[in-house]
Amino acid sequence: MMQTAISVPVEHVLVLAVALFLIGLTGVLVRRNILFLLMSLEIMMNACGLAFVVAGARWVQADGQIMYMFVLALAAAEVAVGLGLVLQLERRFRHLDIDAASELKG
Amino acid sequence: METTLFYLAASVSLISTLLVVTRTSATHALIYLIISLLSIAVIFYLLGAPFAAALEIVIYAGAIMVLFLFVVMMLNLGPSQMAQERRWMEPRMWIGPSILAFILFLEVVYMVAGSPVVTPGTAIGPKLVGEQLFTTYLLGVELAGFLLLAALVGSYHVGRRYMRSRREEVE
Repeated sequence: MMQTAISVPVEHVLVLAVALFLIGLTGVLVRRNILFLLMSLEIMMNACGLAFVVAGARWVQADGQIMYMFVLALAAAEVAVGLGLVLQLERRFRHLDIDAASELKG
Repeated sequence: METTLFYLAASVSLISTLLVVTRTSATHALIYLIISLLSIAVIFYLLGAPFAAALEIVIYAGAIMVLFLFVVMMLNLGPSQMAQERRWMEPRMWIGPSILAFILFLEVVYMVAGSPVVTPGTAIGPKLVGEQLFTTYLLGVELAGFLLLAALVGSYHVGRRYMRSRREEVE
């Protein structure tokens, strides 16, 4: 048994990460306000970061935290573009319902 | 004891995340989202990743949430929205976030004042992370830089016309 930082079983932390991810996914599927959609995406990415960090802590390697930092950069980039789209949506439709922007039909 | 701290922080994060998804007003959801991020920062610290915990607070709860707040405030302009804002921010609303934040605060006080909860020698400090980041993962850092530049240009392009139309409305 390798020495890890804390005596919490890794499985429990992974279960927490999965639960947070599922809450975020439910938010993306259920909510129709685009601000809440972006927040739910943040929750999902944060859950991924938690899984990376706990994996790094399990094997006492720095790689987990480095991948977490890349997730962080991705989240920052995504939120900048997403909030720009929020402003555009508000300008065009005067409300934030994502279903109003469903003109692009495949 | 450290396992108790973990389960406490985990339940705080689950409760606050559930509240984020179920709120109706964006400002309430943002406050609960900040609590959720803080509780995950506490979990990172307990897992022996103090640098990730600091980044979680500085970048997530600091920068990204402030960005959200800016946009919510830009969308709420005009006197009718002011009344709505006052109704949203009534004192009763602060009880839930305060309780959750207080639990996290007690945990941090316990960790700082008491004996070290993380086994010495197993925590991965900023030095180790930085060394690996700028040697093994140097290409990844440059790609992240490209991504951030692209996001900067993209968000400027998308948001530019909004700002111009706002100015025309004011004039």
